[in-house]
Amino acid sequence: MPETAECHHDLHTASQQVIDVALVGNPNAGKTTVFNALTGLRQKVSNYPGVTVEKITGFLEKKHGAKIRIHDLPGLYSLVPKSLDDKIASDVISGRSNQVDNLRLVVIVVDASNLNRNLYLVTQVVELGLPVLIALNMMDAARAKGLQIDIEALAQKLNISVVPVIANRGQGIDELKESIRHLVKQSEEFFPPAGITLDVTLSEVIHPVATWIKRHSKLSEEACQFEAARVVSNDGAIENWRAVATGHAKQDYTSFLAKVRDARQRIEANGSQWGMLETELRYQWVDEICKEAVKQGTPRQGLSEKLDGILTHKVAGPILFLLIFAFIFQSIFTWAQIPMDAIDGFVSWVGGHVGTALPDWILPDLKDLLVNGVIGGVGAILVFLPQILFLFFFLSLLEDTGYMARVAFIMDRFMRGTGLTGRSVIPLLSSFACAIPGIMATRTISNARNRLVTIMIAPLMSCSARLPVYALMIGAFIPQKSVLAIFSLPGLTLLGMYLLGILGAIGAATAFKWFMNKNTRPPTFVMELPPYRLPSLKWTFLQVTERAKIFVTDAGKIILAISIVLWFLAYYPRPSAGTLPSQAIKNSYAGQLGHAIEPLIKPLGFDWKMGVALITSFAAREVLVSTMATIYNVEGANETSQSLRDKLRSERDPETGRAVYTPLVSLSLMVFFVFACQCMSTVAVVRRETNSWRWPLIMIVYMTTLAYVASLLTYQGGKLLGLG
Amino acid sequence: MIALEQLKTGESATIQTVKNQAPDMAQLLEMGLTPGTRVRLVKFAPLGDPMEVEVRGYHLSIRCSEAKSILVKKDLSPQVA
Repeated sequence: MPETAECHHDLHTASQQVIDVALVGNPNAGKTTVFNALTGLRQKVSNYPGVTVEKITGFLEKKHGAKIRIHDLPGLYSLVPKSLDDKIASDVISGRSNQVDNLRLVVIVVDASNLNRNLYLVTQVVELGLPVLIALNMMDAARAKGLQIDIEALAQKLNISVVPVIANRGQGIDELKESIRHLVKQSEEFFPPAGITLDVTLSEVIHPVATWIKRHSKLSEEACQFEAARVVSNDGAIENWRAVATGHAKQDYTSFLAKVRDARQRIEANGSQWGMLETELRYQWVDEICKEAVKQGTPRQGLSEKLDGILTHKVAGPILFLLIFAFIFQSIFTWAQIPMDAIDGFVSWVGGHVGTALPDWILPDLKDLLVNGVIGGVGAILVFLPQILFLFFFLSLLEDTGYMARVAFIMDRFMRGTGLTGRSVIPLLSSFACAIPGIMATRTISNARNRLVTIMIAPLMSCSARLPVYALMIGAFIPQKSVLAIFSLPGLTLLGMYLLGILGAIGAATAFKWFMNKNTRPPTFVMELPPYRLPSLKWTFLQVTERAKIFVTDAGKIILAISIVLWFLAYYPRPSAGTLPSQAIKNSYAGQLGHAIEPLIKPLGFDWKMGVALITSFAAREVLVSTMATIYNVEGANETSQSLRDKLRSERDPETGRAVYTPLVSLSLMVFFVFACQCMSTVAVVRRETNSWRWPLIMIVYMTTLAYVASLLTYQGGKLLGLG
Repeated sequence: MIALEQLKTGESATIQTVKNQAPDMAQLLEMGLTPGTRVRLVKFAPLGDPMEVEVRGYHLSIRCSEAKSILVKKDLSPQVA
């Protein structure tokens, strides 16, 4: 049990006096850059138990005394959680999480160039009663905007230490480390920071609510007042108190609701809106602080807005987006192919050498397991690395420069019909190359529901592994006819397969939206457009290698296990000596399974040999081609081999003597591959990204069902129309 | 008073109120779109929706449907950048 292991680990480390420090801040405030600067890029990535949120920790370099562990919490705008990420961060700093047990300090990373909005979160965090320190980041960007920040005045107004830093250049980091070490030691002498003071009328209005909360909680007098203000302005916050009101207190809860209603009525009678109470109060305070601590000078010409003049321009914007993406797409398709082929070649070279180098006394079964099962399985994992590395290199560049938010801005309207937002565009487009990096790229979607829907529909985009299947079938069975003078029938068929996948994805997104609607918040699209920034290559490389590492270690285990199972199915039972490979695969368990499912796939136009290929190609779609080649005794064939095509064309049904493969059968097979989840690596990566087996299993079931039905409609419909 | 989505590109206005019960009201407010705050409509996305506004010194993208529930009063003189 991983959770127990975690507990033991915590107990163990607690005895060594580990002090926890939480790092919070708005998204785009440079929180992760500060984290990297503090921990020197030595981070540990794991998951919070049971959820998809990544837990990132690292140690502050140890000088003397206790070890200080820093938690890089998900970025958030407010302590009122809107997503799972928000909730984790909010739970940790509010002391509701058992994942952090010795929290002594909260470091808030504040973007100095966007001070006003960043201070909103600060006003909430200071009320929690923990020691707080502000790392005022991006001082250079603030200066460029003409903002002069009086750090002393800011620190004094808030009664918190403020350390100015420029994290991406390492400036101020030593001072920040010193302040952290100092503050965690001195927690007893900590003076509470300044908070908002409610005006007399307001505190009088919410007093009955505050008194009720005081009676039902251990909160301080002041904290009760703020909680009362939050409850009065937010229906969601009322719900939190329903739980404490059990038994005879239920009646009490009704009186609580009445008190809230009464307060709201009195606020409305004053000509104010209760829904704005909390936010207005906080921003009033923020504005007051900013008035004293910030002077607005003349800004240098805003480069960001100039860039946006082109990058989100009505005409140039979409064109540039397509060009940039075409470039990335091309690089994954063609450049990544070179190292992929090299890895492929290297793995079979190693396999061959290991096969011959092993001493004779080793069982041939064990030898084959090692060469084809294990080394082949490792090859299946490594072969994805070039695509993952390439895609993530570009994606993290785009994310860090701020361009990704613009893509979402440009494409949001386009995605509206599916219930998704512009944030899903890049992961879905990437999936046309390969769903593995596409699914891993969904991390930038902050809305949990949208992220899940995007993961679930990403494998419907026709990836590059489907191309060999399409190429074999189209090459063998779709006649070279021209259509409307400029198009060819094979080309149109290929295009049709891509469009079919897209249509399927739209349909599936709509269905998932409908199913998940019941208990999740509908997605919103209130998104910050951060200023353009120069990316840090060091950080980009770190991110890319981190992703690759996670893929190899987490998803890799599952891929290896499945490929050993598939090896077993194709290898046993052993045929007698001198049997042809085609005969051996027919007699294997995979062959027997192919026979067993024949009645099921007959209505799709498939025979048992295709059944065998469907089973083996669960490893990866392109395996269909090599399995077909083995079954039909064609050595060293690929999808363009004339001999394999001829074999398929001349294959006859032994009973009726009619052709097994017709254009209609090939169409049905291609349609099956458009929808079917024939990829163990996708399953493994969905398991890793959703942190449960539930979603990958749902994915296999829904995609296979979709594939079966679509294929059935194609074949039976085609027969009705007199085709095939 | 007009809705924020009725502003033209480049126009500035001051927020008067955010309609109670607007679906994303809490989020819009937390992002700083509180009454009395000045906003400038920077542009609409190429497909006409969402829109980009400048508020509290930063840029924010919101959908036009969300901007409908933000009521503003147009500034008399257009803001000089």
